[in-house]
Amino acid sequence: MTTLTLSKALNAGLRKALENDPKVLIMGEDVGKLGGVFRVTDGLQKDFGEARVIDTPLAESGIVGTAIGLALRGYRPVCEIQFDGFVYPAADQIISQLAKMRYRSRGHVSLPIVIRIPFGGGIGAVEHHSESPEVIFAHTAGLRVVACADPADAFAMIQQSVSSDDPVIFFEPKRRYWDKGEVDTVAGVTSALPFDQAKTVLDGTDVTLLTYGPTVRTGVESALAARRDGRSIEVLDLRSLSPLDEDTICASVRKTGRCVIAHEAPVYAGLGAEIAARVTERCFYQLEAPVLRVGGFATPYPPSRLEDHYLPDLDRILDAVDRTFGY
Amino acid sequence: MTVESGAATTAAQITGAQITGAQPAPEMPDQAGEFIQLLTPEGERIDHPDYPLDLSAADIRAMYRDLVLVRRIDTEAISLQRQGELGIWASLLGQEAAQIGSARGLEPTDMVFPTYREHGVAWCRGIDPVRLLELYRGVSHGGWDPEEHKFHLYTIVIGSQTLHATGYAMGIQRDGADEAVIAYFGDGATSQGDVNEAFVFASVFNAPIVFFCQNNQWAISAPLERQSRVPLYQRARGFGFPGVRVDGNDVLACYAVTKKAMQAAREGQGPTLIEAYTYRMGAHTTTDDPTRYRLASELEMWKLRDPIERVRAYLVRTGLAGPDFFAEVDAEAKQVGARVREACRTMPDPPPLAIFDDVYTEPTSILRAEREQYAAYLDSFASEEGEVSSR
Repeated sequence: MTTLTLSKALNAGLRKALENDPKVLIMGEDVGKLGGVFRVTDGLQKDFGEARVIDTPLAESGIVGTAIGLALRGYRPVCEIQFDGFVYPAADQIISQLAKMRYRSRGHVSLPIVIRIPFGGGIGAVEHHSESPEVIFAHTAGLRVVACADPADAFAMIQQSVSSDDPVIFFEPKRRYWDKGEVDTVAGVTSALPFDQAKTVLDGTDVTLLTYGPTVRTGVESALAARRDGRSIEVLDLRSLSPLDEDTICASVRKTGRCVIAHEAPVYAGLGAEIAARVTERCFYQLEAPVLRVGGFATPYPPSRLEDHYLPDLDRILDAVDRTFGY
Repeated sequence: MTVESGAATTAAQITGAQITGAQPAPEMPDQAGEFIQLLTPEGERIDHPDYPLDLSAADIRAMYRDLVLVRRIDTEAISLQRQGELGIWASLLGQEAAQIGSARGLEPTDMVFPTYREHGVAWCRGIDPVRLLELYRGVSHGGWDPEEHKFHLYTIVIGSQTLHATGYAMGIQRDGADEAVIAYFGDGATSQGDVNEAFVFASVFNAPIVFFCQNNQWAISAPLERQSRVPLYQRARGFGFPGVRVDGNDVLACYAVTKKAMQAAREGQGPTLIEAYTYRMGAHTTTDDPTRYRLASELEMWKLRDPIERVRAYLVRTGLAGPDFFAEVDAEAKQVGARVREACRTMPDPPPLAIFDDVYTEPTSILRAEREQYAAYLDSFASEEGEVSSR
C-alpha cells in the first residue's frame, strides 16, 4: 500500500495503462510537458514519448474527433478535457459520433476511448471551471459514465476504463485531487470492484445516502456527524452513473426505507431524478418517505463567492435526512 | 450599391445587398490554369506538365463504366424514393467524375471517410449499393465494416468525419504504414469548425491525409459565396499546406490530382486540400426543391459540362471504344438497376428487438431490463393472437 493523492493515483493508473498496452495514448491540452493543469499526466510524456502522450492544438472537438480516428485505427486514446465547462465544443463528437459509432456500424466498430473530465466546484474558480455536466452524457446511449471519489478507486477505475471497449466519460472530482488515500499500486485491477458497480462506503440502517464524485466525502462527513446524534446513515458511492447499479442501490434502500441523493449538478432533471424514479418503482412498499434530493440550484454555476451556498454541504444533506423522518 | 468613404449613410440607405454581402454567382473558372483539367467538356485531351496520365484505354473505359453505373444506381434510388421505398435519397447527379476519379486514384490500402453522398466512392470501394439503400430506407444507419472495404461509415453531421480521418491518418503515422487517408466533404462543410480543426491538426502533425472538397456550389439553398469570399482551395495556404483546384467534372483530372496528392501524403509530405469544382445537378435530397433558390439557366449551363458525356465523346473521338462497348455498359446498367430495385423492394425490416443490439460491447443492466420488458410486452400480443412473436 502506498499513500497517494487522487491526482497521483490517476497518474499511476495511467502509467500502468501505458505500460500494459502500446496502443494506449494520452492526448489533450497541456498534457505533455506541463503534465496537465492538475498534473494528472505529470512525467508521462517524458517516459512514453510525444507520439503516445500528445500535446494537441487547443480544440476540444479536434481532440475527441481525432481520438475517434485513432481508435478506428486500433489505438486506445485517453483524452483530457481541461475543465468541465470546456467539454461542450466537443459535444457533437462525443454525443453524435463517439456514442453512436458502434450502433451505426451494427457492432463492427468499437471505440475504446476514455474522456477524462475534472468536474465540480469548490475551488474558487472563474466561470466554466466548476460545472457538473455528467447527466448530459448519462442521457446519451452508447457511453459509459463513471466518477471516482477516492485515490484507490481513481487508480483502479481509470485502468478499467482504458480496458473497456466502450467509450467511457470519466469524471474526476477536481476539489478532491489533493485528498490522500491508501492505494495498492502493486495489485492488478482484476481484483478491483467492476467499474459499473456502486460501493458502500459506510454502513448504516436508518437512511441511504446516494452520492458520487466530490460529494462522497461530504456524505461520509455528514454520516459521521449524524452518528453522534444517534442516526445511522448508509453512504453509497455510485461510481457508475451510466449504467446505474440499481441492484446495489435498491438493496440498501429496501434495508433502510429512506433515500437521499446528493450531487453538485442541478437537482432539476439531474441524475437524482432518474434514481428517485427507479427507487420509487422498485422499492415502493419499503419506502417510509419520498426520495429526497440535495444539489445545485436551477441556476448557472454561481460566482465563486457564492458557491458555498450552491454546493450541497453537510448541513444541507443532514437537513434532507431529517426531512425524510418527518413523514 | 457601394458605400463611398465619407458619404453619409443612414440605416434606411443600407440595402439588403450590403447587409447580406450578396454577390453575383461566381463565373466558371477559365481553363487557363484556374483549375486542373485534362479532358475538356467537348472530350478533348489536354496535357498538363504536373499531371501526366498513366491510364490505359481499358482503364478509361472502366471509368466510363463506373460513371454510367453509379448514375444509374442514383437514378434508380430517386425513383425508389418517389415510389415510397426509400425515406430519402441524396443524389450524386453531376458529381460522378469527382467521386469516381478520386476513388480510382486511391490504393486499396488507403482509407476513405465519406459524407452521405459518396455513392460513387462507395461503388469503387466495393460497397454493395444495396447497403446504401438500407440506410436511406431506414433499415440501418450504415452497418458495413469500414475496415473490410477501407471505407468508413456515411457521416451525416456535416464535417465531423474530417476529424476522424485526420485521427486515422495520425494512427497511420504511428504505425509507420505506407498508407494515406482521404476525407470527403462539401463546400458548405468548409464553414464548419470541425473541418477547420481537422485542417489544423492535419497540418501541425503533418498527417498523411487528402482533404477532398466537392464544391458543388450549393449547401442546400446556400450558394458558395455564403460560405467563402476566397476560392476554397486557397484556404489551405492559411493552414500551411497546398491547395489545388481541379475540374470536378473531369474524371481524368480528378484521378490524376488525387493520385498525386495521396502519393505525397504517403511519402510524408503532409496534407493537401483538393477542391473539385463541380455542380450538384439534382436537388440536395429528394425532399429539396432547388427551383426555390436557383435558376434553371444555371443547371442548363452545367449540363454542357456533364462529367459522363465528355468521356464518351473522348472514347468515340479516339476510337478507344465502339458501339458494342457502349451497348454493353448500358445493358449492365440496366441489370444493376433492376437488381438494386428488386433488392430494395424485398428488403425486410429488422426484427423489433434489434433496436437494442450493438449499443455497447455487452448490453448494460439498464438495456437488458428494457429489452426484457419490451419483449414481454410484444409477446403479450402474440399469445393473445396465438401467434409466434416476430423477435
